[in-house]
Amino acid sequence: MPTLRDLDPGDRGTVTGYVADDPPGRLLEMGLLPGTLVEVVRRAPLGDPIDLKIRGFHLSIRKHEAAAILVERVPAS
Amino acid sequence: MPVSVTTVPQRIALAGNPNVGKTTLFNLLTGLRQKVANYPGVTVERKSGRLAGDGPATGAEVVDLPGTYSLNPKSLDERVAYDVLVGRMPGEPVPDVVVCVVDATNLERNLYLVTQILDLGLPVVVALNMMDAAEAAGLEVDADGLADRLGVPVVPIVARDGRGLEALRQALAEVPAPPDRPGWTLMPAVAEVVDRLAAQLTDEVPDLPPRRARFEALGALTSDPLLAPWKERAPGFHAAVLQARAALEERKVPYRQAEMMGRYGWLGPLVQSVVTRHKDPSEATLSDRIDAVLTHKVAGPILFGGVLLLIFQAVFSWATPAMDAIEAGVVLLGQGVRAVMPDGWLEDLLVEGAITGVGNVLVFLPQILLLFFFLGLMEDTGYMARTAFIMDRLMRRMGLSGASVVPLLSSYACAIPGIMAARTLANERDRLITIMVAPLMSCSARLPVYTLFIAAFIPSGALFGVLGYQGLAMVALYVLGTVMAFVAAWVLKTFVFKGDASMFVMELPPYRLPRLRQVFWRMIDRAKAFVVRAGKIIFGLSIVLWFMASFPQADPDPLLEARREQAEATFTARLDSIAAAEGLSAAEVITRGPMEAVQAADAERQAVLDAVAAEEAGRQIRQSLIGRIGRAIEPVMRPLGFDWKISAGILSAFAAREVIVSTLATLYSVGEDDGEPVMLREALKADRYPDGRPVYTPLVAVSLLVFFVFALQCMSTLAIARRETNTWKWPAVMWLYMFALAYGFSLLVYQGGQALGWG
Repeated sequence: MPTLRDLDPGDRGTVTGYVADDPPGRLLEMGLLPGTLVEVVRRAPLGDPIDLKIRGFHLSIRKHEAAAILVERVPAS
Repeated sequence: MPVSVTTVPQRIALAGNPNVGKTTLFNLLTGLRQKVANYPGVTVERKSGRLAGDGPATGAEVVDLPGTYSLNPKSLDERVAYDVLVGRMPGEPVPDVVVCVVDATNLERNLYLVTQILDLGLPVVVALNMMDAAEAAGLEVDADGLADRLGVPVVPIVARDGRGLEALRQALAEVPAPPDRPGWTLMPAVAEVVDRLAAQLTDEVPDLPPRRARFEALGALTSDPLLAPWKERAPGFHAAVLQARAALEERKVPYRQAEMMGRYGWLGPLVQSVVTRHKDPSEATLSDRIDAVLTHKVAGPILFGGVLLLIFQAVFSWATPAMDAIEAGVVLLGQGVRAVMPDGWLEDLLVEGAITGVGNVLVFLPQILLLFFFLGLMEDTGYMARTAFIMDRLMRRMGLSGASVVPLLSSYACAIPGIMAARTLANERDRLITIMVAPLMSCSARLPVYTLFIAAFIPSGALFGVLGYQGLAMVALYVLGTVMAFVAAWVLKTFVFKGDASMFVMELPPYRLPRLRQVFWRMIDRAKAFVVRAGKIIFGLSIVLWFMASFPQADPDPLLEARREQAEATFTARLDSIAAAEGLSAAEVITRGPMEAVQAADAERQAVLDAVAAEEAGRQIRQSLIGRIGRAIEPVMRPLGFDWKISAGILSAFAAREVIVSTLATLYSVGEDDGEPVMLREALKADRYPDGRPVYTPLVAVSLLVFFVFALQCMSTLAIARRETNTWKWPAVMWLYMFALAYGFSLLVYQGGQALGWG
């Protein structure tokens, strides 16, 4: 199963779970929960961190954290 | 315990996520009747004011809590907001009513915190802010429906232009009823455990209301920092929580996620039911289109570079006239005081200690104001978050974070605003590392020192005929400091703050037009904080340093006294001879005698008097505590190539680096107003040890320059670091490690250079 890190800019996916048992609490509080739709908007000019759109706002996280979140790709409509 | 019966709120707290316009609303509610203090024991600012307007609650205290995403605090700011809301902040009673400020364009995440505050059982009024932005984004928010679902008053407002403010004031006229528990639920396996733990906590701490006990039990179960304080207060509960965690982990119940899933699971449908979308949410907003340029792979970094250049330019050169004016004003004031006060140590204390001390504080103000104006603009527009986004990768390699870029670059102008700017770093570890390395950036106060010694001792030739040696030397000093800052950051990250890995989870808020009023007032607030807090320390140390340079007082030197009398006598004799030649009386010659001859005589007398005064000043400083300590530490400084005069200069430069130039001028008795740099340069070159060797060789100069790149010769920096870290520990570590670097590298340069035969 891909992680959020594997998504390219423009891709969308649904969070399905986490790689570790204990994902960072702040990510969850920001709403990155199972079932949440995520869009990778872009990567920073140096490739890291990435800019996500979730629940109507933009959140920036590092690839390191993105790799902890399992997603299922949502085909472009 | 007596139950409060007042229904008019006395204390109102504003709570909400960062970037929701909380401070704008605070300014609107309180007008200009605000005060900024610190919460006890932490550096977090406590902004409070009195409710303005007319209504029953007018005059109630309004507190602007730091922005927080949840009541599960991750940073110092969030901890403060948490402590105040749960009533654990010493000296800070629980607010009578909490105004939850939420961004109408981003309801789901904003309401997450609101549900937590509702769980506490505190009376809540929701201020539904940014209704204009919501409308522009095609969102229609049903405020009444929301009030109904949450069970608390909801007031739509636009804090930027004051719409809805009256309705909000009315909602605050009396304390609303405490809300019912919101309808979100935990997954059954966790809910059952939380109920059991809550019951146990109530047994152990009976004065806790049942609802509060449940809130605390959930917090303790899911968060280590929230569990820790119970170890002493309720040891049985503490043990039960650890046991419950083990049992849940055994059964693979994701209990740490349960709270978030429960709250968002309830909020998702709730928000859907009160928000109607009139536009396709995937359509790019204006903010998205701006971002496409400002964080673009190529354009983004270039534009950021341009912004930095502009700020640099402003802080470096636009501030100069104002700084010159302040310095001139301080000199004028000193002269004015000298003119009216009788000569003596009191006059010296006032002029050279107190007035100079005030000058040392005020001279930084123009740079601080300008820098904070630009930083305020960047924060207010939302661009600050983008700079962190762009630079994070590069900075992370060095142990810093993207948000460290602006504070570090500011430190090239002056470490003081740089260290203050580090407040924008949310992560405490990153903030501390940034503060600790910021003074290694070569600030503008090092420039006079660099200039003097480079001009005196670096040959003026050019490498390949184009790159001047002197210019290269200057660049090399800046590079040296910068590289060392990154090395130091890496060392601090790896060995001092290890284990505490920094996370980077940062909201990129929508771009907004800045509110100049707000930027202006924030700039003033920060400048005030500098003058008041750091100013006290800088002022005090200035007086101490004055004392050390002035006492013990040197005995008058009969030889100098004789030279002075001789000069006066010669002058009188010349006037007499002119008078005799012109046939005038001695009294008439000054007003009616030949101008040129009289002036020439006077100039000659003045030259001798100045030279005598300069030598007396030199004698004084040689006799003074600083001079004595300079001689005492000479053996320690000698391996770096420094004699006692340089050592004393370094000591005096602790007030501010550039002071070494004037101290050396005094020590070499070249006086201060007669073309000082050139004179001093020649005096330095001419100085010899008793055995005829020159005191200053190019190698000594390089060693001294390296010393100044590294050494923390600036009490103002220490003062502000003390204020920003709230302890003397970090400033002490800062001074020590920078001194060790300075000593080590100077030693290496001087001894290495001598071994290679460059001495």
